[in-house]
Amino acid sequence: MKGNIIKYAQDNIDTDVIIPGQYLKVHDYAELATHAMEGLDPDFHSKVKEGDFILSGRNFGCGSSREHAPIALSHSGIKAVLALSFARIFYRNAVDGAFLLPIEIDQDAYDGISEGDEIDIILSTNEIKNITKNQTYKMKPFSEIIGKIIAAGGLFKYKPDQD
Amino acid sequence: MNIVEKILARASGKPQVSPDDVIFANVDKVMLHDVSGPGVIKVFEKLKNQGISVDKLWDPTKVWVAEDHFVPSADKVSAENIVKLSNFTKKYGIEKHFKYGMGQYGICHTLSHEEALVMPGDVYVGGDSHTNTTGALGAFACGLGHTDIAYVLLNGKIWFKVPETYYFKINGKLPDHVMAKDLILKIIGDIGTDGGTYRTMQFGGSGVDEMSVQSRLTLCNMTTEAGAKNGIVEPDQKVIDYLTSRGATNVNLVNGDDDAEYAKVFEYESSEMEPLVAKPFSPDNISVVREAPSVELDKSYIGSCTGAKYEDLVAVAKILKGRKVKIRTEILPAAISIYQRAMENGLLKIFLDAGATIGPPTCGACCGAHMGVLAKDEICISTTNRNFPGRMGHIESQTYLSSPLVAAASAVTGKITDPRDLK
Repeated sequence: MKGNIIKYAQDNIDTDVIIPGQYLKVHDYAELATHAMEGLDPDFHSKVKEGDFILSGRNFGCGSSREHAPIALSHSGIKAVLALSFARIFYRNAVDGAFLLPIEIDQDAYDGISEGDEIDIILSTNEIKNITKNQTYKMKPFSEIIGKIIAAGGLFKYKPDQD
Repeated sequence: MNIVEKILARASGKPQVSPDDVIFANVDKVMLHDVSGPGVIKVFEKLKNQGISVDKLWDPTKVWVAEDHFVPSADKVSAENIVKLSNFTKKYGIEKHFKYGMGQYGICHTLSHEEALVMPGDVYVGGDSHTNTTGALGAFACGLGHTDIAYVLLNGKIWFKVPETYYFKINGKLPDHVMAKDLILKIIGDIGTDGGTYRTMQFGGSGVDEMSVQSRLTLCNMTTEAGAKNGIVEPDQKVIDYLTSRGATNVNLVNGDDDAEYAKVFEYESSEMEPLVAKPFSPDNISVVREAPSVELDKSYIGSCTGAKYEDLVAVAKILKGRKVKIRTEILPAAISIYQRAMENGLLKIFLDAGATIGPPTCGACCGAHMGVLAKDEICISTTNRNFPGRMGHIESQTYLSSPLVAAASAVTGKITDPRDLK
């Protein structure tokens, strides 16, 4: 899966900036997308392209449980968020709702990947290729259940009884 | 097994579970509100389009619904969400729907204990991150998103990875001027906003034994700000009394085994605690009140599931009695039952005499929704739980998080004030 990076080089990007509280009453996915990242980067909506990835630091998606956050990013075109770590509800919402892939990366990937770099995420080998810089990094493999839910296409398509 | 492992083992029909086991747990109670409810309705619409049946819920008697974030309706969109929610509960036969303007209603987490909706040992999930609050009753209480709540409503179960547990042992009774809010701010400052991620934060020791149920609720509420999956206190006679006084019958206790294991134990001496604030822009950015920046405050906000329980209002009244506020002060009791008690016991008169405004129960400005949101550059001291950029309004507004005592003392002086220093 290939895409270009939008990098926010900071920790603790919380759901209050991914989609500010005043939009919690909105449930139209396209409208939510127009306000994605508004609390941190008002230019996000104009610069994001279909298939882009976000790169960030520790504890991405902390704070409120609002599923609006992965929805707003996903409907903006974001296919994956690469971060040093994730807050648990954002992570689970992203996976169970099949909105985007939360990819845990290491410090090498975080330092090595820059804004605008073209990246290829290879789930079969748990590798991230930086096509722009010709570098390869490891990603943390998904745990068993997460991998299965992602492969199924979300929690509702996952059949635990068939394991 | 510790208490969380025992609850999750029982709920998943296994004799034993250990941290990192993945289980499907049967859910005992589920909550949605006027933000997560319409989100779940949207998921139901998607499922219907995919040919998945959404004709009936697994058990509507185990579901309850709160109207809290944008009530009284802030605008047309939020008014329509309330109508959607009413249609939803009617269609699916959910009888426990707490409607504003019709008797008891309030913030979802406050109702969970005020209305004795959750029992010790329950697996309780809610469409809100502060569902953790209710772990103070001895339940496994955990926040989930819309898709997961929709899954629970249709299937009655949900997957969890069994969390490892951090045990916080609190030694001794908290001093008079220190509240549970100060203690949890101290802990979050020590472990950070991701210090509890994926974990249970359990509280115990003589300090917690001495604590009221309402103080324990404050501790568990803000485990969310440390990233925890849930917070919990082993239930005791105080919890039985609290729930039975609110109409519950047959309250049974569940406790961890004597040989329960914890991933890590942290110890705190209550006698060393002081009033604290979390400075902008993170709940782990902690300062002792006496060393806090000397900023001119614009507002004191006393509200939310964290800081507007009855006990919190009593603390505020203790400070405001016979004094006047120097800055805008908004007090929003967290539920109608609390509002009523505050009226009957003379607290509302104290607040009005001091010059404060009293609002209706609502999440309101805590999440930047409505009713008192902050303008650019405004600075607020607040009994709420988060102070990320833009949380309570403008992205360049600032929020200091504090206990109700500190928020009230600061309302009187217009500066961040230790209640001990009030003349």
